Amino acid sequence: MMAAARRQTYVMRPIYVGGTGELVGDVTRRQPGGGTTSFGAKFSFLHLLLAVLSEASALPVAFGLVVILVAVRRGVQLGQFRVAAAPGAPEAEAGGSRGLAPSLRKLRSPDSEPYSKKRARVQWCVRFCEVPVRKQHLLGRKPAAQEIFWYDYPACDGNINAEAIIGPVRVVALAPDEAIPVDLKNEKTLFMKLSWNEKKFRPLSPELLANLDKLRESSPRCQKPVGTKTRSIESLPWTTAEQVVRSIESRHSASKSCQTPTHSVTPRARKRLELNSLPRTPDSSTSRQNACASLGSPGRTKRKVAFSEVTSPCKRPQPDELQTSSPALKSPCTKDNKKCSPECHMTLRTRVPVLKATEITEHKTLSPISGGRKSLVVSDVVLKPENIKKRKVEEPEAQNEATSTPHRVNRKSSTLALNRIRQQLQFLGNNKNEQEEEEFLPAAEISDSSREEEEVSTPPFSRAHSSVPRSRCSSMKSSFQTPSKTPKKTPKRRTPCQVTPQIRSRSLAAQEPASALEEARLRLHVSAVPESLPCREREFQDIYNFVESKLLDRTGGCMYISGVPGTGKTATVHEVTRCLQQAAQANDVPPFQYVEVNGMKLTEPHQVYVQILQKLTGQKATANHAAQLLAKRFCTRGSPQETTVLLVDELDLLWTQKQDVMYNLFDWPTHKEARLVVLTIANTMDLPERIMMNRVASRLGLTRMSFQPYTHSQLQQILMSRLKHVKVFEDDAIQLVARKVAALSGDARRCLDICRRATEICELSPQKPDSPGLVTVAHLMEAVDEMFSSSYITAIKNSSVLEQGFLRAILAEFRRTGLEEATFQQVYSQHVVLCRMEGLPYPTMSETMAVCSRLGSCRLLLVEPSRNDLLLRVRLNVSQDDVLYALKEE
Amino acid sequence: MSSRKSKSNNLIHAECLSQQVQRILRERFCHQSSHSNLFGVQVQYKHLIELLKRTAIHGESNSVLIIGPRGSGKTMLVNHALKELMQIEEVNENVLQVHLNGLLQINDKIALKEITRQLNLENVVDDKVFGSFAENLSFLLEALKKVSKSSSCPVIFIDEFDLFAHHNQTLLYTLFDISQAAQTPVAVIGLTCRLDILELLEKRVKSRFSHRQIHLMNSFGFPQYLKIFKEQLSLPAEFPDKLFAEKWNENIQCLSEDRSIREVLQKHFNVSKNLRSLHMLLMLALNRVTSSHPFMTAADLMEASQLCSMDSKANIVHGLSVLEICLIIAMKHLNDIYEEEPFNFQMVYNEFQKFVQRKAHSIYNFEKPVVMKAFEHLQQLELIKPMERTSLNAQKEYQLMKLLLDNTQIMNALQKYPNCPTDVRQWATSSLSWL
Repeated sequence: MMAAARRQTYVMRPIYVGGTGELVGDVTRRQPGGGTTSFGAKFSFLHLLLAVLSEASALPVAFGLVVILVAVRRGVQLGQFRVAAAPGAPEAEAGGSRGLAPSLRKLRSPDSEPYSKKRARVQWCVRFCEVPVRKQHLLGRKPAAQEIFWYDYPACDGNINAEAIIGPVRVVALAPDEAIPVDLKNEKTLFMKLSWNEKKFRPLSPELLANLDKLRESSPRCQKPVGTKTRSIESLPWTTAEQVVRSIESRHSASKSCQTPTHSVTPRARKRLELNSLPRTPDSSTSRQNACASLGSPGRTKRKVAFSEVTSPCKRPQPDELQTSSPALKSPCTKDNKKCSPECHMTLRTRVPVLKATEITEHKTLSPISGGRKSLVVSDVVLKPENIKKRKVEEPEAQNEATSTPHRVNRKSSTLALNRIRQQLQFLGNNKNEQEEEEFLPAAEISDSSREEEEVSTPPFSRAHSSVPRSRCSSMKSSFQTPSKTPKKTPKRRTPCQVTPQIRSRSLAAQEPASALEEARLRLHVSAVPESLPCREREFQDIYNFVESKLLDRTGGCMYISGVPGTGKTATVHEVTRCLQQAAQANDVPPFQYVEVNGMKLTEPHQVYVQILQKLTGQKATANHAAQLLAKRFCTRGSPQETTVLLVDELDLLWTQKQDVMYNLFDWPTHKEARLVVLTIANTMDLPERIMMNRVASRLGLTRMSFQPYTHSQLQQILMSRLKHVKVFEDDAIQLVARKVAALSGDARRCLDICRRATEICELSPQKPDSPGLVTVAHLMEAVDEMFSSSYITAIKNSSVLEQGFLRAILAEFRRTGLEEATFQQVYSQHVVLCRMEGLPYPTMSETMAVCSRLGSCRLLLVEPSRNDLLLRVRLNVSQDDVLYALKEE
Repeated sequence: MSSRKSKSNNLIHAECLSQQVQRILRERFCHQSSHSNLFGVQVQYKHLIELLKRTAIHGESNSVLIIGPRGSGKTMLVNHALKELMQIEEVNENVLQVHLNGLLQINDKIALKEITRQLNLENVVDDKVFGSFAENLSFLLEALKKVSKSSSCPVIFIDEFDLFAHHNQTLLYTLFDISQAAQTPVAVIGLTCRLDILELLEKRVKSRFSHRQIHLMNSFGFPQYLKIFKEQLSLPAEFPDKLFAEKWNENIQCLSEDRSIREVLQKHFNVSKNLRSLHMLLMLALNRVTSSHPFMTAADLMEASQLCSMDSKANIVHGLSVLEICLIIAMKHLNDIYEEEPFNFQMVYNEFQKFVQRKAHSIYNFEKPVVMKAFEHLQQLELIKPMERTSLNAQKEYQLMKLLLDNTQIMNALQKYPNCPTDVRQWATSSLSWL
């Protein structure tokens, strides 16, 4: 045993812990030969830590801020609550380090590499003092002295170095209605009543409670010595603190730990992979390979990747092997604020889920403190009656099952163990073999590992990506999610992508139109989908032919569509894709994927990548990464089978300084393998010439189409087609509105809006009994006036006397100076004179200033900011003639 | 004895009454209570109500802008409409109100979060922490994308709509696009005081806006203004002491017929038709109502009117020292001589020196630093303004300044200036008076 010579123990006896983290105690180093070295009696926290570290230079422990660590080289058992140093806290966002009592979920270390590090999966708990100060009030009461909180924060790294684990403590989970015992018999017992998720305190969920209780209960039964295993500790750079966990098979197959595989407690009900029940599709296997790949490259992956492929609500037990290491070492520990000693331990027992396929029921056992320790085992916490009652009914049953079928469990676990070895080998082996081997691994294996990944908060994105082998990346299918899909977000954050948000549905159904006018209004609404698009037949055909030919040729291409707003550009393209999709269903054209992005609905041009990627594959990624993925998808050989039709609306908003977004969009189709058809829409005809660099414009190509504004006859035709079956408009009226709008803008939306408004006016206007109730020219004129008449003149007419006077004074001043601009002071003097002439009371400066700023606020005037006071310059925002006209009317 | 007791009781009673009057009327003036009636906006009101009803009942998307100068009752119109609509059950159950304000939601990101919050969407995903702006936007779009009329309709009120019409109008585009697409029915109601609001909208945003505009223009005349004045001051019928309420209302009626009051109101009306300024006037008058002075009088209103129309700068000048007044007069002369060209301290000081040496009898010849101090004080009061930004190394004496007081203002202020020495007053009238 190589590391035997280096085996040492550091024992620290806490004497007292100061409030500021100062810790006084002595540290004894025991050497294998039996000699001890004492470090000293009093240390400040830092001193102690440094002393420990300098002595045990190979300690790869993160400098968690709160908890003191002592090197432990003893086997740690799953499910035990142990004190650990806080992880180097890269996610320091949690504010403060989370130190206390991680319940061990899994401890693994690569078997074949004796010098590699051990990793442990832990569930963090926090002490009250570690809750951010500004959030402490959320508890609403004083924390009990030995109270801790289940740390339900997915972003927190649950994967720590095994060396950081100091020793067991006893944790008593309390139901919300239980009181925390005041008379503490054992100071090393911690009480957990609430969970803390960085936002609020919550009572522990019943499942969790039950799990913890069960653990406690089961511990005495299955305590057993754990086999030892030597290994040496390699000191690692801090950055590797988040390295991939590898599952490992304990070599000591004789130890009972194999027979009683444990699985971790899942604090949160997460959706799980269910590969068992699924047929092996290439998709899932690829994703698994990715998973393995990411697992298998510890150096590259920063942490685990969360998998969220096919999910099933089924909770799966996690078979796990105990990894044990050093022999009898005593490792008491203290934390800075609280004394807690590792003597007491607690067994965690997982919930026993029912496996659909394999029906394995397993339970986790608690593992005991190794024999070499001075008999420090403290009796387990007695279950409280309430807790027992609260437990789920099925759990005791499952437990019984587990205990009654030891053989089956044994067999199962050994097969799992076998698989694990295989997986392990595979990790270490070259990646090329992975695919084949992966196929033989039982699904549970994968789900196990992936589950583990999932529970850890997801890794920074770029790293996750880098772990995915390139070749695989290209073969990803849109239907599944690759590891790279998990962006740098906590699982919780990811949920919204899975849940489709919905506005509350209405309690009362929308009323159906009752009258012809209402019916017409419904049809006239811009949102109403017309049966056909009249007047755009030629454009429709052009676009259709373009896309169809690309589809048939299996090539890619770009098209630029321009036209003023409201000329049916987007509608036509939609119609084209609709028709093509129908054709694809009828097998007339090859099937294709249709993706639509709108430049206006993006917060930032680079977000377009994210949107495209998400719509293509359902993945979420950061902009940069999405760009890489898309480039890979479109530019590498042998990628997608289907052509992608991409509609980019409001192209001009994708303009960036470097124009890289546009460049990419137009560059992808030029690749032979891309099979990407890009249809771009913008308002200006000369956009490529105006804003695009040559290289971008050249890639866009010369396939242009411009939608001319509708002429009056076209508009008329559009209206007629919409109102085909309802007769509510006089024919003259339709013609009038068509001509009006054609003269103004040729915007079909305007046309429809005017007509809609006219129906409203018609409805509200008093009807003569003999009239047919049609919308007349008069109604339409009223609607047109309402929408297009300038409100400046009415505003001037309705302004107060002084305001009108001020406008007159401005006109007078302009006439005097011959300029279109005057300072307030000049206008004021004119104003005073005018008021005197009209017999109005003398206007004070303050009043006049108020008048001026009022006129400025409704933009009749353009004024400078009022800090310029007398010197602020005033201009008219209306033409002088209009002002004169409005003032003369009186 | 008993008479004294009853007297004190009466006093308490009177105090109580005047307090109640103050409370009721203040509430009316300060809050935009939707109890008060609408004046002259019946057409617009009907338009808005119909539009909201159609959205709520028929699930028809709409967008409308309510445009009118400040204080023209835009918000009041909306509040009235909402109050009425919410009494209809099917509207109440279908409508989700979202209120945004351009001054509160200063950018689209915050606005989106606010919309999500007010639509209670964050509950859908149980405490979701919103990530980036982009995430937020796609989240909201996702939520509103439902192609059916079966969801309730969010009615989005955007106060200070113009502040959302900045260079990237993503939010407006999104909202209007939803209102023009077959998605969740929404009503977007923008409130703004800018008449040129449509020009602020980008062309594609503008195209998606339905161009419905409701203009509120204070289009009432003086008789109506008088009526509003009466209505605003009248006590409601629910007032506990009927007798007092009757008396009070009678008094108000008398006031409205009083000639001097009419003059005051006419003047106020000429300055501004804004109802808020009327409230301001009435509030000032109301403050004088006490238990010993239970009814509003014409004098109260006149005084309030005077307060309202007071020139704030003239008030500042009244509080200046004689030295500072002298400096202002010197500046005035400089302005006359050099035709509004900017001056610096040295010029003003020389002018002042001239006056002191040749003409002044009552003015002590101050040291230059003292004069400088006075000059700086004037600058602090913003009666004079430096032409360009003060740089550290520039000498203060030679920094170019401009006077922010008009000649008439100075002369008016001097007339009212208490204890102004005659020689200063003479000097003010003519710079050559010492000759």
